[in-house]
Amino acid sequence: MSKQIYFDNAATTQVRPEVVAKMLPIFTNQFGNPSALYDIGQEAKAIVDESRASIASLIGADPKEIFFTGSGSEADNWAIRGTAYALKDKGNHIITTAFEHHAVMNTCAALEKEGFEVTYVKPDSEGIISPEDIKNAITDKTILITVMYANNEIGTIQPIAEIATIAAEYKIRFHTDAVQAAGVLPINVGELGVDMLSISAHKFHGPKGIGALYIKKGTKINNLISGGGQEQGKRAGTENVAFIAGMAKAFELAHMQMDENRLKVAQMRDYLIANVVSKIPRVKVNGHLTKRLPGNANFSIECIEGESLLLLLNMNGIAASSGSACASMSLDPSHVLLSIGLPHEIAHGSIRVTLSDENTYEEIDYFVDKLEEIVKKLRGLSPLWEEKEDK
Amino acid sequence: MYTEKVMEHFSNPHNSGELENANAIGTVGNAKCGDIMKMYMNIEDGIIKDIRFKTFGCGAAIATSSVATDMVKGKTIEEALKITNKQVVDELGGLPPAKIHCSVLAKEAIEAAIADYYKRQGIENEITRNTCDGCCESCGHHQE
Repeated sequence: MSKQIYFDNAATTQVRPEVVAKMLPIFTNQFGNPSALYDIGQEAKAIVDESRASIASLIGADPKEIFFTGSGSEADNWAIRGTAYALKDKGNHIITTAFEHHAVMNTCAALEKEGFEVTYVKPDSEGIISPEDIKNAITDKTILITVMYANNEIGTIQPIAEIATIAAEYKIRFHTDAVQAAGVLPINVGELGVDMLSISAHKFHGPKGIGALYIKKGTKINNLISGGGQEQGKRAGTENVAFIAGMAKAFELAHMQMDENRLKVAQMRDYLIANVVSKIPRVKVNGHLTKRLPGNANFSIECIEGESLLLLLNMNGIAASSGSACASMSLDPSHVLLSIGLPHEIAHGSIRVTLSDENTYEEIDYFVDKLEEIVKKLRGLSPLWEEKEDK
Repeated sequence: MYTEKVMEHFSNPHNSGELENANAIGTVGNAKCGDIMKMYMNIEDGIIKDIRFKTFGCGAAIATSSVATDMVKGKTIEEALKITNKQVVDELGGLPPAKIHCSVLAKEAIEAAIADYYKRQGIENEITRNTCDGCCESCGHHQE
C-alpha cells in the first residue's frame, strides 16, 4: 500500500513534531519529581507550572483552576462522580444527554446503580440539544447538568452558554465535556459560564494519556484518586511532566493557527460532503450542516454495512470510522445515531470522516473515488440494494 | 482481527450475485441487526448444481457466505444439510468470538434455501429449526 490517508482525527491525532521536541528532553534532563525541593525537582515543577499557566490563559481560567488528569475520560469521571458524591445530601438527580461520549454516559449509568437518578435529554434530528428541554428536566433534586460541547460522532456543537445560563439560574452545577472542541474552537470558561470543563491532549495533536479538568474556584468536588498532595491535594499521582508540557505546547500551537485552520478544514470538509453527496446516490449527511466541528463529516449510506466499508477503505490505505454495531463489537449501532432518530438499518451503514489541517484536497479526491467504487461493490452484493435499485 | 482466509473471501467473494434459474431461494437475518444473507440454488436430482449469494453485513458475514457457498456447491442436499457452522469457521481459519453468529447465519441460509426447494417441490421436510430472525440477543448463537 503506497498511500496512507488518515481521516480519523476525532479518534486521535498525530503528535506535532514541535510537541515531540518539547517533550523528549524532559524525560532525560528534567526527570525530577516536582514535589522535591532540590534543583532538578524544582525544574520539573517549573515546567508543570508554566504549562498549567499557559493552558489556563488560553481558556480564560486561573492556573489554580486547571487540574491535570490521565485522560479526558478521567476528567469526565471526576467531574461527574466528584460532584455527585460531594452534593449527594442536596439531591440525587443528574441531567445529561442521550448522545454523550461513553466516558460521560457510562459514568452516569454507573451512578444510577448507586441510587442516583439520571435524565438523558434527547437531541433533535439534527443533533442539537434544546436548552428548553434541559430546563424542563430540572427538578428540586437536580445537582448536576453535564452536556458535551461538541459531539464526537456527528460533530454537532451544543448551545453550552445558554444551558450554563439556565444551570446558573437554578444554582445547579454545570459540566461540559469539551474534548472534541478543545483546540478546534475558541473556549473561554468565563463567557461560557461553565463550572467544569474536560479536555484531552491527544485530540489536538498532543500526546495520549494526558487530560485536564477545569474546576471553577469554589466548586465543591470530591477526589477520585487519593494519595499525595499533588494538584492542590485534589488529584494524587506524580505529575506526568513531559506529557503536561506536550499538552501545553500542542494547545498553544492549536491556538496560534486556530482561526486559519478552522476555515481551511471546514472548506475541505464541505468539499468532501458535496462530492460524496453528488457522486453516491442514497446518502444522508448526519448532523446539523453548519453547527458542527469543522473537520467532521458523517454519512449514512443505504444498503451497506459500515464495517465492510471500513475494511475496504483500509485496504486502500484510508483510515476512517463507523457507527456500525459490527465495527464496535456490540450488538447495537451507535447510540448517537439512534438518538437523532436514525433507524438501526441506516445507522449500521454509517461512516465518520474527520479531517485535520494536515489533510489535503488530493486525499479527499482519492477518498471520494475509492468510496464510490467500494459502495458500488458492496451494494452489488447487498440483497437490500436490489429492492431499492428500481425505485 | 480477521484471518488471511477471511480477508481473501471478503475482498474477492466466490459465488456472489443472483442465479437466474434458481429453484431454491432462502433469506435469513434482518437489516435491523446489520446482517442479511440470501442464497440462491439450482438443485437438480438432489444435487446443488449451482449456488449464488447476496449479503448485507460485515466482513465476516460476507466471508462466511462466500466460503459456505463453496462448501455446498456440487454436494447433495443431505451432505449440505450436514455442514455445521463450526466447519464454516474452521474453513476460514477461525473467526473472532463476536462474529461466530455469522457462521450460524450462513448455515441457516443454506437450510432456508433447501427448505424453500422442498416447499416448491411439495416435499415434506424436517427443516423445522428456527432460523435467525435477526433479533440478535434472542437466539444465543453468539455464544456457540
